[in-house]
Amino acid sequence: MRDFVEVRDLCKHYPVARGSLLKAVDGISFSIRRGEVLGLVGESGCGKSTVGRLLLRLMPPTSGSVHFDGVDITALPGDEMRRMRRRMQIVFQDPHSSLNPRMTVGETLIFPMKVQHLHRGEEQARAVDLLSRVGLNRSAMNRYPHEFSGGQLQRIGIARALAVEPDFIVADEPVSSLDVSIQSQVLNLFKDLQEDLQLTILFISHNLSVVEFLCDRVAVLYMGKLVEVASAKALFRDCQHPYTQSLLAAILLPDPAIERSKPPLALRGEISTPIDPPPGCQFYARCPYSMDVCQHNDPPIVRLDAEHEVACWLHAGEAKVPATPSRS
Amino acid sequence: MKTSPNNERTGEKPVLRVRDLRTHFFTGQGVVKAVDGVDLEIHQGETLGIVGESGSGKSVTALSVMRLIASPPGQIVSGSIELGGEDLLILDAAAMRHIRGRRISMIFQDPLASLNPVLRIGFQVGEIFRHHLGFDRGRAASEAVRMLKAMDIPSPEMRARAYPHQLSGGMRQRAMIAMALSCKPELLIADEPTTALDVTVQVQVLNLMKQACREQGTAMLLITHDMGVVAHMCDRVAVMYAGRIVEYTDVTTLFEQPAHPYTAGLLQSLPRLGGNARRLTPIEGQPPLLTRLPPGCAYAPRCPRATELCRTVSPEPTPLRADHQVRCHFPLVATSKAA
Repeated sequence: MRDFVEVRDLCKHYPVARGSLLKAVDGISFSIRRGEVLGLVGESGCGKSTVGRLLLRLMPPTSGSVHFDGVDITALPGDEMRRMRRRMQIVFQDPHSSLNPRMTVGETLIFPMKVQHLHRGEEQARAVDLLSRVGLNRSAMNRYPHEFSGGQLQRIGIARALAVEPDFIVADEPVSSLDVSIQSQVLNLFKDLQEDLQLTILFISHNLSVVEFLCDRVAVLYMGKLVEVASAKALFRDCQHPYTQSLLAAILLPDPAIERSKPPLALRGEISTPIDPPPGCQFYARCPYSMDVCQHNDPPIVRLDAEHEVACWLHAGEAKVPATPSRS
Repeated sequence: MKTSPNNERTGEKPVLRVRDLRTHFFTGQGVVKAVDGVDLEIHQGETLGIVGESGSGKSVTALSVMRLIASPPGQIVSGSIELGGEDLLILDAAAMRHIRGRRISMIFQDPLASLNPVLRIGFQVGEIFRHHLGFDRGRAASEAVRMLKAMDIPSPEMRARAYPHQLSGGMRQRAMIAMALSCKPELLIADEPTTALDVTVQVQVLNLMKQACREQGTAMLLITHDMGVVAHMCDRVAVMYAGRIVEYTDVTTLFEQPAHPYTAGLLQSLPRLGGNARRLTPIEGQPPLLTRLPPGCAYAPRCPRATELCRTVSPEPTPLRADHQVRCHFPLVATSKAA
């Protein structure tokens, strides 16, 4: 039985100058279950957004496959793909640039219905419904994007994604451009919509507190490769990859007592370039536990339990966590 | 925990004292009172944070101190800004140029936009030494390398010859800090210095700033919207809303006993690691438009505690304790003195 979204060995490489390759996404496999929110986290340039776009086939992969509800969409012909797109939508980070400034909100919401031949003759009523669903009233219909604040625009962006009644949504940093007091409003909206409509969501974010709030499972990406996949509970309580650990340790908490008693951060350096990356673990140069084996050999993907996978030599050959005393 | 308030430093002059600063923008849609009556004091070696959402006036406050407000449409309409007792608002352009980069420097959010793309990093850092200290090219170049090295930039001689686009985001921001601290300024203004950086790099850069300022005795005005950054960096904090400081206190009090409903709402709305919350508690409504501010308290339309008084009369800054000021008719902590 396949999962709702299944990604196998997905790669996106870009040829750059002099025969070099920029490996934006480099052989990742994961799946998203129906009705689940999967968080995809990582730092800028790690390939998060590329993964989101590949899943929706907004760009073709270099190799690998994406199965959506059992169908390999990487091989789908154009007209079938268009029909498939009704079921998969995206919400972008910046609502100012992702909404057409010359279309009224009503036109913006009705346009995707027209493209997909949905709700013929009832588009207006349906658009008003959508607006109330995201907490805006019908007076928004005849107004233009510049008349709204960032938080309201993001609600409109979400309503547009919902216009064609998709089952799967890629949300690419949907609250990062919003003010803090507005972020939590939109996060609550995402949670409500997900529960009411049973949406499956890939939630891309660099903000781990946000991910913990919203996501069931989390995948951590580093330089185009997955380093850890686990349930949100396990990841935030007991993450196993040194990169995930340093990512969590680097979060500044809104609590001066904790912040001032923290040990200084061990992690040094910055993410290096994904152009012609060396073999071995990509985190090698920054890792506090790096060993000789890490430098030249790709780390194995170790399944610690049914829900928890980690790509790290520290765990090679171990079915359980090294810190755990009782080993099977 | 060294978060003690600084007001007991009797007799010691603050590095920066801002009194009743009002910076307004005269636009086609009306007068935007971006900063409307701000009072601040920063002492030597201290870090003061200004927190607020976009449009709250935190960056305009910083730019006013630097006298970098574009006029028209902007204008500092009243108030005083004193650096070590000297009023900056009466200085002419040439005198102000001697202050910028030498006695006050500034770091901006996006280092790529604030570095010149066609000049080498070393040349840009060295420019400070040539301009302010009259060093010749050779000496400025070697000083630039020394500064880059002090900022933990690996192989500084090589980086000095690089162009901005050849450095990573973190390296560029380190170069900006090198430039800003070259003349050992009395005050460093950092406007969202790590917002464009990744989390693992953010901590490195913040710690570097903190350490460098401590070593030089430089005071810091840190502008941010991130409460985690405030908790990590600041000694005292000013919370801004709609062009005014609504709460002003030491960092521990701010997080443990916020008195203004906006501060409390902001802290409550954050998703917290390990928080286990089913739902978040957001602040309802939208930040106000500065061209159409309500007559009373600007926060009243979103405030759960607002009464008729709040909607009609704007509250004045009121001391709750010696080092805790709040602009609210009904603060969350009982006022200790009635007068």
